Amino acid sequence: MSQIPPLPDEPEIAIRVRDVVVGFGQKLVLKGLDLDVRRGEVLGFVGGSGTGKSVLTRAILGLVPKRGGSIEVFGQNLDELRGAGRRSLERRWGVLFQQGALFSGLTVLQNIQLPMREHLQISQSLMNELAMLKLELVGLKRDAADKFPSELSGGMIKRAALARALSLDPEILFLDEPTSGLDPIGAAEFDQLIATLQKTLGLTVYMVTHDLDSLYSICDRIAALADGKIVATGTIEEMLASDHPWLRAYFHGQRARQLALPQA
Amino acid sequence: MTSPQPKEPATGAPQQNEPRVSGESSPDGTRLLLTGLWTLERSGAMEAAAGDLERIGAKAAAHGGALLIDLAGVAGLDTAGAWLIDRARARLAQAGAVVEVRWAAERQAILLDQAHYRSFEASAPRPGSPLVNWLANIGETLVSAGRDIVAGVSFLGEIVASLLRALSHPSRLRPTSITYHVENFAFRALPIIALINFLVGCIVAQQGVFQLSRFGAAAFAVDLIGILVLRELAVLLTSIMVAGRTGSAITAELGSMKMREEIDALRVMGLDPMEVLVTPRLIALLISLPLLTFLAGLSALFGGLLVAWGYGGISPEIFLARLQNAIGLNTFLVGLIKAPFMALVIGVIACLEGFRVQGSAESLGRQVTASVVKAIFMVIVVDGMFAMFFAAIKY
Repeated sequence: MSQIPPLPDEPEIAIRVRDVVVGFGQKLVLKGLDLDVRRGEVLGFVGGSGTGKSVLTRAILGLVPKRGGSIEVFGQNLDELRGAGRRSLERRWGVLFQQGALFSGLTVLQNIQLPMREHLQISQSLMNELAMLKLELVGLKRDAADKFPSELSGGMIKRAALARALSLDPEILFLDEPTSGLDPIGAAEFDQLIATLQKTLGLTVYMVTHDLDSLYSICDRIAALADGKIVATGTIEEMLASDHPWLRAYFHGQRARQLALPQA
Repeated sequence: MTSPQPKEPATGAPQQNEPRVSGESSPDGTRLLLTGLWTLERSGAMEAAAGDLERIGAKAAAHGGALLIDLAGVAGLDTAGAWLIDRARARLAQAGAVVEVRWAAERQAILLDQAHYRSFEASAPRPGSPLVNWLANIGETLVSAGRDIVAGVSFLGEIVASLLRALSHPSRLRPTSITYHVENFAFRALPIIALINFLVGCIVAQQGVFQLSRFGAAAFAVDLIGILVLRELAVLLTSIMVAGRTGSAITAELGSMKMREEIDALRVMGLDPMEVLVTPRLIALLISLPLLTFLAGLSALFGGLLVAWGYGGISPEIFLARLQNAIGLNTFLVGLIKAPFMALVIGVIACLEGFRVQGSAESLGRQVTASVVKAIFMVIVVDGMFAMFFAAIKY
């Protein structure tokens, strides 16, 4: 790891995906996909349902085996990392799963403390304080700490899961459809929360989303997936100007037009 | 420095970048110099260093003068580090010292602001006296046990009512569903249940021949096998196996349906979960268990026959002839009459426990365990009551 801060005109790459092939049985889902996620940016990742957005996320996280290609995180090839090196890398990312994936047998506070308990050597009282700090950071009330996941609303589950994802102060945050299932006000608040956290904690955010509002409001760059490849990357303006048929349908469809109007 | 601070991997040189504190007197008070990485990479050392910071600060404050916490030497900071530094600052200030944090980089200042120290102690409920808690626990357990009994009885009532409804309107029975469950509960369970009963039949025969031959009564082993197997063992072993195999499956199935709101979905569609889920399973159990008991009895007798032949020298012809003398229709029926009652016990407990599952995976596991344990216990209790009953009526 270099101690030198990245040069402004050459952004450091946090995640570098090259020529990745993932398939199930006869069917190839990702056919030689390339993607760069720059340090400190919010990357929105879009694509139709079933095109393999989640598959790529899971391939980066090592949950799905890939057939070919390479994935580098902070310049370290994931295939070459074993044991302690792999674990120390995994501590540097946090994942918010679509359904939250909170452990149903643990309270919210215990859920947030679980990664700390496993990876850190700190006292219980400090662990309690840090977990409460994360809880307030994501905008949950203190009395949510002792609740079980089954007692929480959808929005609270997302927030609690975000607090758990942040518990080890990760540098990369993976979000899988963070605003799905939230009402528009809750979704906007969540977007704002992610933007604030991203700025204060200097996070790199990789966000799979279908939410056009999120794409407009907090994403620095957008990558679009179609036919197993990235068909376009760029800012929202570049997406709007693209000629790709799927992108045109996506960003100029019925629902997108209302959002695009004030921009135009 | 506004860019994110790169963290050193934990595998790097351990001495380098350790979080440390040193005190140094200066004209405008005591400077507390912080150096190294104040991040979770160095979690243990960081907490110790924060303790040092408080201790050195308190000592310096005792000599008078202001305290300056100097962050210029900090190589990396995250929310945990910021929290510890701000906590030390707040505690020193609380002890009466004048404390100031200085030379924090822009990003560090934001983090310190985010991690602004506040006490979380008040949010934890104050534990009451152990005696009161203990008594309260006993009370809670008793009340919940009472509720369990009421719930169990009302559930049994509901099941009986829905069974009677189903029997009075046979069109509302679900033959497809019942057939499917009979296949699962009986047909697929047959190999293991037949095998277990075969083995137990062998063991009973071996012990019977071995023990009775000392009295020259080895031939009576056939009577022993016939009566023991048909009256008790076949139905008991089958019920216990079914409780473990089918009862647990029913509880898990209904429980996970409850967790995923599938049961609520049935209700809002105007379907009665009792009628759709419970009745077919219960009827299937009522059909399956007598069938299995019958086949289990045959299997155990066959095992007994083989061992009596090979180990006791009792030929199959003699075995069958003695068996016919030893058992009557009543011996056979005693076992079979019990089977539907066992099915009812297992089915009611399994369904009740399934509907009790709450939202968590842990509760599903707990309820499945409870279902199996309670069902096996009740099967044995019911069998004991039947033994007394049949003895009383001399059947």
